[in-house]
Amino acid sequence: MRGFLALFNTRMKELAREPEAVFWIFVFPLIMAVGLGIAFRSTPPQPSRIVVAAGPGAARLASMLQQDPQLRVITAPSSEAADGFRLGRYDLVVTAEGADAAMQYDPARPESVLARALASQALERAAGATAPLAVSATANSAPGSRYIDFLIPGLLGMDLMNSGMWGVGFALVEMRQRKLLRRLAATPMRRGDFLGAVLASRLVLMLIDLVLLLGAGVLLFHMRVMGSWLAILLISTLGALAFGGLGLLTASRHEKIESATGIMNLVMMPMWVLSGVFFSYERFPAVLLPWIRLLPLTAVNDALRACILEGAPLHTQLGRLAVLAVWSVITFAAALRIFRWS
Amino acid sequence: MSAAVVCRGLRKTYTGGRTAPVEAVRGIDLEVGEGECFGLLGPNGAGKTTTIEILEGLLEPTSGEVEVLGLRWKTSARQLRQWLGVSLQETRLNEKLTVEETLGLFASFYRHPSPVAEVMAALALNEKASSWVGKLSGGQRQRLAVATALVGAPRLLFLDEPTTGLDPQSRRQLWDVIAGFQRGGGTIMLTTHYMDEAAQLCDRLAIVDHGIIIALGTPTELIARHGGEGGTLEDVFMNLTGRRLREQ
Repeated sequence: MRGFLALFNTRMKELAREPEAVFWIFVFPLIMAVGLGIAFRSTPPQPSRIVVAAGPGAARLASMLQQDPQLRVITAPSSEAADGFRLGRYDLVVTAEGADAAMQYDPARPESVLARALASQALERAAGATAPLAVSATANSAPGSRYIDFLIPGLLGMDLMNSGMWGVGFALVEMRQRKLLRRLAATPMRRGDFLGAVLASRLVLMLIDLVLLLGAGVLLFHMRVMGSWLAILLISTLGALAFGGLGLLTASRHEKIESATGIMNLVMMPMWVLSGVFFSYERFPAVLLPWIRLLPLTAVNDALRACILEGAPLHTQLGRLAVLAVWSVITFAAALRIFRWS
Repeated sequence: MSAAVVCRGLRKTYTGGRTAPVEAVRGIDLEVGEGECFGLLGPNGAGKTTTIEILEGLLEPTSGEVEVLGLRWKTSARQLRQWLGVSLQETRLNEKLTVEETLGLFASFYRHPSPVAEVMAALALNEKASSWVGKLSGGQRQRLAVATALVGAPRLLFLDEPTTGLDPQSRRQLWDVIAGFQRGGGTIMLTTHYMDEAAQLCDRLAIVDHGIIIALGTPTELIARHGGEGGTLEDVFMNLTGRRLREQ
């Protein structure tokens, strides 16, 4: 215990004395959250951009379309209209055909599909059509259902993974490269104490990170944290341990930073894509889903989202917590076995 | 005098994936008495570091037997680590820790460490107690490396080229520390390139070349046997290792 505490203390001191580390650990995730939050903030819907190909009857169509404030209507020569549509400047091309209208839209672009629907409606209404049925609708963008609400727990999970893997892995490979590990192996230091202290020091930083990120979500984006902070803390701790263990394992043999970097990316890449950081992993084929759910980042993201967004109590998340616990134990035990001290 | 280090038929062959195997140590027998200061001399690549790292329990020999302070690495590693002080070649300690913190950390690993202040005083590191390791000069770093070896109050001290690259004052300062450790009853095993250092510090020497011991004895014996008329240890070294160079 004395050895562990001494190692933990010195590790914390070292980290605190490393200005770059402090930047990467604390400032970077915040910049990222703020940047993405701004990019994906809830904005009033953009008007659909419609181009009317110039020709006989174009002016009439344009004025009919302009009666709908959700449409922005431009008249342009037909070749320019076609080019603009192809390049994505316009969502829809409308051409007059006698008294009728022809539309050109792209079914693969949601905004184009929307423009077509709105434009048809506007033209029909302007031509005198009446609705056979009254439908009322109210707008609802309450906190909790926005993209930013989905994103922040994912960012938290990703941040746990990045800082766990890089923080633990890099530090160890670097110590091996400077032969410090070899020197330590020549002392009676308990090896588990050492690896445990490296993990634990990282854990503390990750938890500070967590509070910063989630705090930014609450303050800047008015996120609502539905579950208990204690549950969030516990999920994150287990996640941090799992990723720390994974970092330990990936860094357990490499002597050079360069080769370690490659393998770390190899381990993290699938999780960036599969584990639902930026979009829901339910989009992947159903046969893959059970496997995707076994990845530690998926377990962290799912548990954090359930807790933060739905207020799910901790006992409903036991399966995901078990996934994380298993990853922590297996990676730590394996790392301890195959770890190279020189 | 009981033996602090005994090794018999020590061999170490490095087998690389694609390269031919390298026989770094090709059959070394040694016996170092308790309280003795024993030196391993030899040109670069002679197998000194490999030998000493096997004795330190950091490398496994390919074959041969090692006994340190009456114990074997296989069965008593934890106990042995408590008794040994080690200074390796080119270790870069944490640059962002102070001298005092570094020694405190190493002391925490031992059951009966020496007081950090005492060790710092012995190695003239007092003034640098609160300096970061990254800010130390080469000589101060090397003294700190030896200090980390001494802070565990070892019975046996392994020093791999402890004074390489030091200025004359720093070397003498380290010699005093090593001699003081021996006066206190400690055993020392060191490697060096410097003949004056070997002559000054070591009770006995082994000259190692190409992985075997080519001469063994006290400095005086070696000079008498291999030094020629009015020779020095330097002549012994050149005669022995130089001849082998010419023979190849």
